Amino acid sequence: MRSRTGPVGRAGQYLALLGYLVFLAFPFLWLVSTAFKPARELGSLHPTWLPRHPTLDNFRQAFDEQPLLRAGLNSLLAAVSAALIAVLVATPLAYAIARRKGRLATAATGWVVVSQAFPFVLVVIPLFLVLKDLHLIDSLAGLVLVYVVWALPFALWMLIGYVRAVPRELEEAAAVDGAGRLRTLVSVTAPLLAPGLVATWLFAFITAWNEFFFALVLLKTPQKQTLPVVLTHFLGAEGAADLGPLAAAAFLATLPSLAVFAVIQRRITGGMLAGAVKS
Amino acid sequence: MTLTTARARSGRRFGGGSGGRPDGVTGGRAGPPADRGAWLLVLPALIPILLLSVGPLLYGIALAFTDSQAGRTAPTRWTGLLNFRDLLHDTLFWESFRIGLLWAVGVTVPQFLLALGLALLLNQDLRLRWLARALAIVPWAMPEVVVGIMWRLVYHPDAGMLNETIRDVGLGDGRDWLTGLGSALPAVIVVGVWAGLPQTTVALLAGLQNTPHELHEAAAMDGAGAWRRFRAVTWPALRPVALAITALNFIWNFNAFALVYVLTNGGPGGRTRLPMLFAYEEAFRYGQFGYAAAMGCVMVAVVSVFLAFHLVARLRGGEDG
Repeated sequence: MRSRTGPVGRAGQYLALLGYLVFLAFPFLWLVSTAFKPARELGSLHPTWLPRHPTLDNFRQAFDEQPLLRAGLNSLLAAVSAALIAVLVATPLAYAIARRKGRLATAATGWVVVSQAFPFVLVVIPLFLVLKDLHLIDSLAGLVLVYVVWALPFALWMLIGYVRAVPRELEEAAAVDGAGRLRTLVSVTAPLLAPGLVATWLFAFITAWNEFFFALVLLKTPQKQTLPVVLTHFLGAEGAADLGPLAAAAFLATLPSLAVFAVIQRRITGGMLAGAVKS
Repeated sequence: MTLTTARARSGRRFGGGSGGRPDGVTGGRAGPPADRGAWLLVLPALIPILLLSVGPLLYGIALAFTDSQAGRTAPTRWTGLLNFRDLLHDTLFWESFRIGLLWAVGVTVPQFLLALGLALLLNQDLRLRWLARALAIVPWAMPEVVVGIMWRLVYHPDAGMLNETIRDVGLGDGRDWLTGLGSALPAVIVVGVWAGLPQTTVALLAGLQNTPHELHEAAAMDGAGAWRRFRAVTWPALRPVALAITALNFIWNFNAFALVYVLTNGGPGGRTRLPMLFAYEEAFRYGQFGYAAAMGCVMVAVVSVFLAFHLVARLRGGEDG
C-alpha cells in the first residue's frame, strides 16, 4: 500500500532479498554440513554441499579431543550467574533512573556511552593485575565479576525501557489505596516488569556465553576455560585444524545462544535502538 | 512489535537530564523513591561499576605512564611519556593502526550501505520477510569465535565451498584466502560485514518504522518519486539512528579482537594485525603492560572522536524523535 512498485521493481526486490538470505545462511549451512561429514569426505578436493554419508563421528571426536563438556559447564555457570547478578544489580538503578530525572541519569548515560567505546585491553591489563593480587585470576568467580560489569550498560538500557513501560499511574493508584512503597513495588511493579527482567537476563546470558577476550586473558588452566576459549584449541598451531571436530564443536557452542536469541531478538532491537539514539 | 522500549519511552521523553525541562514537573508528583531511597537503589550497581569498570580504566591509563611488566621483581616506576615516545617510533604499531582504520572503515561503510538497502527492502511488504528476520539471528547471536571458525571453513583452500564454487564456475583454482598477503584483509573484512549486518539492518529498520507514515503517503500523493521521498522524508527521520549506529559500529570495529584472532591471528605477516591484537600480544605474550596500556590510550583517543560524534547524534535523537 505504501509503495507502488511495478512488477519489475518487485522482481528486483525479491532478487535482492534472495541474495541477502543466501549471504546470511550460506556460511552457517556450510558449518552444519561440515560438522556431519565423515573424515573421508572432508579430505576430498571436491567438497559437496551436503554430506553424502552423514555421521556423528565428528561430535564424538570433538568431545574426545577437548574438554568440551567441562568447558560448556564453565560457560554455563559463568553466564548464568553473571546474568543473574547483572540483572539484580541493574534493576534498582534502572528503576531510579526511569522514575527520576537529573544528574544521576546524565551520569549513567555518560557511563553507558563511554563504556561502549573503550578498548578492552585498557581495562583487562589492570583487571589482570588486580585479580592476580586477589588470587582471583584463573577463576570463574573473577570472570563472573568482569562479565557483570560488562553486561551492565546494555542491561541497564533495556531495563530503563521496561520500567518506563510500567505506567506510573498504576503505582500511584496503589499508593492511594494505601499500599506502602515496598508493597507497591512487589505487587504492582514487579509482576509487570517480569517479562522485561527475563529478557534482560537472557540477553546478559548470551553476552557472557559468547564472550572471548576476557576469558582468554583471565583463564589459563584448561579445566577452567570457557567454551569459546576451548574452541580455539581445535585450531591447533598454524591453523592445521581437524575440520570435522572443529565444525562439530563450533556448531554445538552456537545452539544455546541461537535458541535464547530467537526468543528475545525483538526485545533487544528496541533496547538497542533506544540505547543507541535516545538519551 | 519490535520497539517495546522505544515505544515505551516515546510518551515521556528523557531530556539528557537537563533540569530546566518541562518534564521536571513530574518530580512534583508522588514519585516513588525519595532521596535517601534513591541512593540505596543506585549503590548495588555503582559499586561494581566503580570497582570493575571506572577504576580499572583509570588504572589502565595510569599504567600507560609506567614501565609495568609481567613477572618483574623490581618495583614499577613512573616513566612519564616514555611509552608514548616509543610508540611514536614503533612502525609496527602504526602499521597495525593503519590496518585497524582500513578494517574499521572497510567494514563499517559497506555494512551501513547494505544495511540501509536491506532495511528499506524489508520495510516493504515482501513475502519472505519473516525468513530474513529469522535468519538475521544467526550472525547476531553467534559467538564471534564461532563466526571466525565458520568462515575459516568457508575460506578453506581445499575443503571450503568458496574455492569449490570458483572451480565449478571455471574461474580458476581459487586461492588460500586467509593466508594470501593481498587477500587476507579483504577476506576478513567480508566476515566483519557479515557478522554485523543483521544488527545494523534491524536497527535501521526499527528507525524506519518510527518515521511517520502520513508524511510518506502525503509525499507519494504529491507525486514524489522513490528517491525524492527518501531524500525528503525517510532520510531526515532516519538520520539520528543512522549516525549513531554508524559511529558505534566504527568504534566497535576499531576495537575488534575475537573475530580476527580466530580467522588469521593477525597474519599473514601482520597484514590483519588490528591494534587490539597488537596490544594483546604486547601485554600477554611479551608482558609489556605499560606499553600495551599506552597503545590502549592512543586507541581511546581515536575512538573518542567518533564517540563525540555519537553523543551529538544521540542528543539530536533526543530532540527530534
